[in-house]
Amino acid sequence: MTLMTKLLGAAAVTALGAGAALAEPALIFDLGGKFDKSFNEAAFAGAQRWAEETGETFREIELQSEAQREQALRRFAEAGSNPIVMTGFAFGDALGQVAGDYPETDFVIIDMVVDAPNVRSVVFNEHEGSYLVGMMAAMASESNTVGFIGGMDIPLIRKFACGYAQGVLAAKPDATVISNMTGTTPAAWNDPVKGSELTKAQISQGADVVYAAAGGTGVGVLQTAADEGILSIGVDSNQNYMHPGKVLTSMLKRVDNAVYQAMTDGPGMEKGFNVMGIANGGVGYAMDEYNKDIVSADMQAVVDEASAQIADGTLMVHDYMSDDSCPVLDF
Amino acid sequence: MDVMPKWAEVVLVPLISLILAAILSALVILGIGEDPVAAVKLMVSGALGSTYGWGYTLYYATNFMFTGLCVAIAFHARLFNIGGEGQAMLGGLGVALACLYIPWPHWSLALIGATTMAALFGAAWAAIPAFLQAKRGSHIVITTIMFNFIAAAVLNYILVNMLRPKGSMDPATARFPDATKLPTLHDLLAPIGINFSKAAPANISLLVAIAACFFLWVLIWRTRLGYEIRAYGHSESAAKYAGISPVKITMITMIISGGLAGMMAINNVMGESERLVLNATEGAGFIGIAVALMGRSHPLGVFLAAILFGFLYQGGAELALWTSIPRELIVVIQALVILFTGALDNMVRMPLEKIFLSIRNARAPKPERKPVEPAE
Repeated sequence: MTLMTKLLGAAAVTALGAGAALAEPALIFDLGGKFDKSFNEAAFAGAQRWAEETGETFREIELQSEAQREQALRRFAEAGSNPIVMTGFAFGDALGQVAGDYPETDFVIIDMVVDAPNVRSVVFNEHEGSYLVGMMAAMASESNTVGFIGGMDIPLIRKFACGYAQGVLAAKPDATVISNMTGTTPAAWNDPVKGSELTKAQISQGADVVYAAAGGTGVGVLQTAADEGILSIGVDSNQNYMHPGKVLTSMLKRVDNAVYQAMTDGPGMEKGFNVMGIANGGVGYAMDEYNKDIVSADMQAVVDEASAQIADGTLMVHDYMSDDSCPVLDF
Repeated sequence: MDVMPKWAEVVLVPLISLILAAILSALVILGIGEDPVAAVKLMVSGALGSTYGWGYTLYYATNFMFTGLCVAIAFHARLFNIGGEGQAMLGGLGVALACLYIPWPHWSLALIGATTMAALFGAAWAAIPAFLQAKRGSHIVITTIMFNFIAAAVLNYILVNMLRPKGSMDPATARFPDATKLPTLHDLLAPIGINFSKAAPANISLLVAIAACFFLWVLIWRTRLGYEIRAYGHSESAAKYAGISPVKITMITMIISGGLAGMMAINNVMGESERLVLNATEGAGFIGIAVALMGRSHPLGVFLAAILFGFLYQGGAELALWTSIPRELIVVIQALVILFTGALDNMVRMPLEKIFLSIRNARAPKPERKPVEPAE
């Protein structure tokens, strides 16, 4: 009898344990890796904040190959992770295949829209945030030439570049925007040396503010800009602290908030299509103690006005994705 | 005449190298405070413990077989083709064009058509460096590796500006039509009563890869062309004296080599993702070099080495999924295997040769052995 009770007790404990494991959320990082100081790291920061506040844990994986996308989704779903959050548009196709097979699991995808009843899609209006930092770049520039350094020449980065160029030209119609992409292989997201070379090349063409939208490559851009005495603009996370007084601002893309929100909402969250723009604090520019001396009050007033106009819809920033073209910048 | 018997050459040397790599990897895992025994168990059960694991292991292995053969055939002509990566990318483009723009009635025809296109595109990409080498003496190592970057840029341009469906964020082609869907091992093995995992991506291209291994063996050791390739590889001047044209051999070898690399695309592009993504090859072309080195450029060796690397990839993925071992460390483990089996081969081989030599000398004088055919 006692043995039976013990067995039953053990079974109950296992069941409880399994129950606890069931609710554990999972976070899948894209190939750029968790510590890219930018996009994926912002997602990690959001999950970390959730874990610290609730005292719970989450599963995570950094992908190594394309075939692992579907694999990781299925394995986490089968192991009972819920919700499963993934960062990056490249998951779109795999999630479209997988979501229907696990109707009980909630999925959250960032930067892509997947139309399924159990998926929450979060996309950001990067062009709006880039527009604001573009205005600041133009106002801070003395040479009337500003630079943009992207990771790879893909639509997402064109969206950043296009918004930025529009902002620059809105603030200074006669300014020049130089745009370069780091490379054509995924290594371009993590190539600070090449980022540094491109920055030097842009400086020699007269640029005195550069905006990096290139993941880990941006570290090299910001470093070289600081070394050469020009200003830089960070991306995704707040990177102002990396070179105090040398980073004009950072275009914030609050991936951390999206991940935090998803994990807080937990299983049974509201699904559908979330657009994170200026209006709801999804994108913006960073002000803190590191850049308060280089951003003048006038500058900030102009940008805040534009920000308010974008938020209430009176100012429309052209989105590259809407028609695959940019009115002010050729690629 | 070989110092070592063939079985030692083929089995013992790689095995000892592997064990050394495993010991070092275990020390590294211990060093970061994880349990190496548990890690190995997880890798083995994750990669070989289920049909699901096998499905992924064999999927990766198929990629590596094609790229391994690509490097191996070039090695026989003493050409170092580092361009498998770019040739496989172009092969992917060939597969994508074949699948998207030709209305195939059945997957079998689509497979033949796509394989042809993949091989043609890969071969064409290899033919340019081959021509430069044969006619102009531009070193093939330099040109093929440069062609990898050109291939990446070409693919990037074509995907973003031409093949990407309108309004799509992802730089990838549309999904291929259903008629081009290749049967997976699940579909192939179901009729004979084996319930293979449905989720795993291994597909019929595995059989194509195995067939390619066999045909390459026939080509290298059973045909006149293979003899010419090997003769050219052993001594260019002797081959020339025997009437073998260096230009012809360089071109033909590189075209076969590029074609094999290109054919990898039927596995990863047509079989797995069913669309062409920007990052489709993800380094398989470079892994092919390690596979060919470890397999001693013999098709059977390439086959076995490819499965080993498939195991490392899938086992590594399982480690990343279920432990806190960072993915950089998994790369370290894979690199140690490559280092020991590929680069430090003589470290194991020379002591072994000494041992075998002393064993033979210790024996009583015996009649001369029949000369064994050299491995290369």
